[in-house]
Amino acid sequence: MDYKALGLVAGIEIHQQLDTEEKLFCHCPTTLCETAEHSGEFSRYLRATVSEMGEIDRAAKEEMKHDRMFRYYTYDTTCLVENDEEPPAPVNDEALAVCLTIGKMFSMTPVPQVHTMRKLVIDGSNTSGFQRTALIAFNGILPGGGQIETICLEEEAAQRVKDEVFSLDRLGIPLVEITTSPCMHTPEDVQNMAEYIGMVLRSTGKVKRGLGTIRQDVNISIAAGARVEIKGVQELDLIAEVVRREVQRQQSLLAIRDELKKRGAGADAPAGTDVTGHFKETKSTVLKKAKKIHAIVLKGFAGLVGREIQPERRLGSEMSDYAKKCGVGGIFHTDELPAYGVTAEEVAGLRTHLHAGENDCVILVAGANEKQAACAIGQVITRAKLALSDKPVPEETRKMLEGGSTAYMRPLPGAARMYPETDVLPVLIDDARWDALVVPELLTTKAERFVAAYGIEKNYALQLASSEKLPLFERAVQEGIRPKLAAFTILSTTTELRREGVDISRVPDQAYLDTWHAVESGRAAREAVPEIFRSIAAGSSFSDALGRLAPAVSREDLEQIVRKIIAERRDFVGEKGRAALGPLMGVVMAEVRGSADGKVVSEILKREIDAATTPR
Amino acid sequence: MYITGRDGMAVVKLDSGYNIGVPPESCTLAGHPVPLPSQQHEVIQDKNLPTLAIVSTGGTIASRIDYRTGSVTSQFNASDILTAIPELAGIANYRTIPLATILSENMTPAIWQDLARAIYTEIKNGAKGVIVTHGTDTMAYSAAAISFMIDTPVPIVFVGSQRSADRPSSDNAMNAVCAAAAATGDLGEVVVVMHATTNDDACAIHRGTRVRKMHSSRRDAFQSIGIAPVGEVGYPSRKVTLTRKAVRRGTRALALHDKLDPHCALVQFYPSMSPDLLKVYEGYHGLVIAGTGLGHTSTVLIPPLKRLIGSGTLVVMTTQCMNGRVCDRVYDTGRDLLDAGVIEGGDMLPEVALTKLMWVLANEKDKIKAAALMQDDLKGECTRRSTHGL
Repeated sequence: MDYKALGLVAGIEIHQQLDTEEKLFCHCPTTLCETAEHSGEFSRYLRATVSEMGEIDRAAKEEMKHDRMFRYYTYDTTCLVENDEEPPAPVNDEALAVCLTIGKMFSMTPVPQVHTMRKLVIDGSNTSGFQRTALIAFNGILPGGGQIETICLEEEAAQRVKDEVFSLDRLGIPLVEITTSPCMHTPEDVQNMAEYIGMVLRSTGKVKRGLGTIRQDVNISIAAGARVEIKGVQELDLIAEVVRREVQRQQSLLAIRDELKKRGAGADAPAGTDVTGHFKETKSTVLKKAKKIHAIVLKGFAGLVGREIQPERRLGSEMSDYAKKCGVGGIFHTDELPAYGVTAEEVAGLRTHLHAGENDCVILVAGANEKQAACAIGQVITRAKLALSDKPVPEETRKMLEGGSTAYMRPLPGAARMYPETDVLPVLIDDARWDALVVPELLTTKAERFVAAYGIEKNYALQLASSEKLPLFERAVQEGIRPKLAAFTILSTTTELRREGVDISRVPDQAYLDTWHAVESGRAAREAVPEIFRSIAAGSSFSDALGRLAPAVSREDLEQIVRKIIAERRDFVGEKGRAALGPLMGVVMAEVRGSADGKVVSEILKREIDAATTPR
Repeated sequence: MYITGRDGMAVVKLDSGYNIGVPPESCTLAGHPVPLPSQQHEVIQDKNLPTLAIVSTGGTIASRIDYRTGSVTSQFNASDILTAIPELAGIANYRTIPLATILSENMTPAIWQDLARAIYTEIKNGAKGVIVTHGTDTMAYSAAAISFMIDTPVPIVFVGSQRSADRPSSDNAMNAVCAAAAATGDLGEVVVVMHATTNDDACAIHRGTRVRKMHSSRRDAFQSIGIAPVGEVGYPSRKVTLTRKAVRRGTRALALHDKLDPHCALVQFYPSMSPDLLKVYEGYHGLVIAGTGLGHTSTVLIPPLKRLIGSGTLVVMTTQCMNGRVCDRVYDTGRDLLDAGVIEGGDMLPEVALTKLMWVLANEKDKIKAAALMQDDLKGECTRRSTHGL
């Protein structure tokens, strides 16, 4: 696809959790807990408030269509600030320093005086009903001519456990939000840029690792479409696919609009019709349970409501997302009926009852009461009108579904959602503070240095630079350990042991260093490293683990062992010659239980194989 | 857009909604924004519902913050309140009396008197209940003062919010709805209606003379001390449940006794407190002491207290324990305090004893009778039996 011709414009917002001691606005630790360990719970309602500009934010209004009570889990590691029962502490200085450092890494300009704002969020993920956020720096430079518009320091939201239940352990962890300009024009551009920014963030050594600690939001539009913000893309590998699918969705919606225009379609009815009576005897469990069923005839929409606009998504799915904001489970439309227990007779009867023609699509919503059904059908009409309009791609915030398609969440928020956090004092960023910030070496630069200085292979070097064990590696090299030995242990040995099921996290950094020193001084063979780690992971001390190794084998003993093994396999060695080296290596190493240097074993083996195969 | 000045910086709002502070010299005047027309829509009230009066003293029940100045806007009428909290419209129709716009720490006996008169007038004019919006810091003092100043046949409900009204999680709306429900209920006394727990599911109804703010920030800061709350309002059901102890509607005939003697003080004793400090209270008509334990001060304070009492100051002993009652007959110090003429304040809360003393001294000039009144139970402030534990 020619994305440039389609006028694809994309930008990203990256949200990265920081690995600070304490949370952004309280003194709780930034550790996550198991929900089963929660120490208490409480429940709250949220209502949208009027902003300083005198209006209620449109995104907040949408969330309020449906009265919801939220439940929150508290932990030993959370406090009254997370509970919204105590004013916030001043901005965490460690988090601010990391954020400023990142700003400096992108050559940004810091804000002279930082003001914390409240960003209205009433989906329950913030107990207060807002997320605290502050603009820290702006105008950053990206490779390839792109720009970073802003970097903000925000508090992380609470984690949704299920439905309206949230866990407060995550609430308040510092988060940097990096917003690029709309400077990307292909799906791959977007993915590469996200990857690059992620690498820069990890270069600080102060960011959290693991799934969910970094999230990307993608802003996408094509020339004839509209700006759509897709929230919460957690897997980097999916970003390009998300962009491709959004382009497809926007193109499909444009095509559907053209088709609707051609058909003279309309969605003019101001409200739905009550058809509850029509389904008195229905076999459909959803409709049977409903207290009120409302229907609307969409003139000229037949076949288009059910048309796929991106994998697993139809125009009907979009209408359904809108209707769900009123608390209903979804919608039925005649493009997919008869199905779900609704019979062909019921559909035909409904069409006759509503005077719906062949070209028309009938939409049904099942509500728990009149208000809910009327609200939901109103939302369907709203979405149908949008499909027909000059702007058939609505500006929206959407959430990513599995696989890379998306669902509607809410309208794009406006500036009305921001108002000052009056409980947090502004922070001055003066030149002295900015100048004193030390910019860390980029991981890619570090990797290049490892290649050049230590002769470590490039991919290995990159992995090492991104590894959580990087500080350990640097310390080991400083202490005179061979870089290749340290790198091999950190990257290969531990991976193999992990695959074996060894809990490698139980091996402390000091044990790595002790082991390496033992190898370097000849007290242990290189091959004994896994055995030592296995013992330590199982609970031994380093010295016990070392002591438990088979006693070091002398060269004479080793030669004897090798000769014995070759003698026992004379036919095999005769047949394979030098090629027997590999298989015999394993046999010898097993015999000496790792207590001999592989290099020496290999050297002796080679000599003895040669001796055994050369005719005397 | 320029918002305001702060610490020598110009606070500017960006299009994204973020505010940042920049040096003032980096700003140039581009023009003045046209102020938004105020979105005031008239709210229609249901005349078939009971009429409640809302007297505001500066509480944040429906306040709006002016983000330019940081101040709370003073417009306050029924429409403002009903626009902010639409559920109220289904409970009653409302008359609103903007009495004061003060931070509650700036409350004075003079304002209590204005408040009592305003409430009295509303009840006389047919209000079925009165809601007083009040900052939470001194709400318990005011509720106690009004308890003594008005004999009321209808509920007088004090309400406020612990978490500011400008946040979606504010407790203002639920507290207001519960207060309105309580004000239309079967009560006939002065109460405080605030969150019962941290959950948004019920408000407690506390007797105005037995309530205290026990936490600086939590929603359920207000607690009944020494007795259980006299009732509860469910949310969102608005169901009012009263205990047998609650004074019912119509029990008392309406009367106003609006005199107060402001020459009274409250002092907390602490170890090593200097006797010289008591000199400050010479000439005061009344002094409440929050003593230790059963109602003690150090022995060195007894002679100056005796001098104060001799010169005409009525001294009442309460306990800084908050829970439990004073008994100055157990230890020597207590007996010496009694000999010096100190009056035992029973299980009255120190702050309640202060407002009661102001009221008693203004209404009863005879010292002996005034002392006796301090030990009588006038509005539920003294219990005869200690039935409620911690």
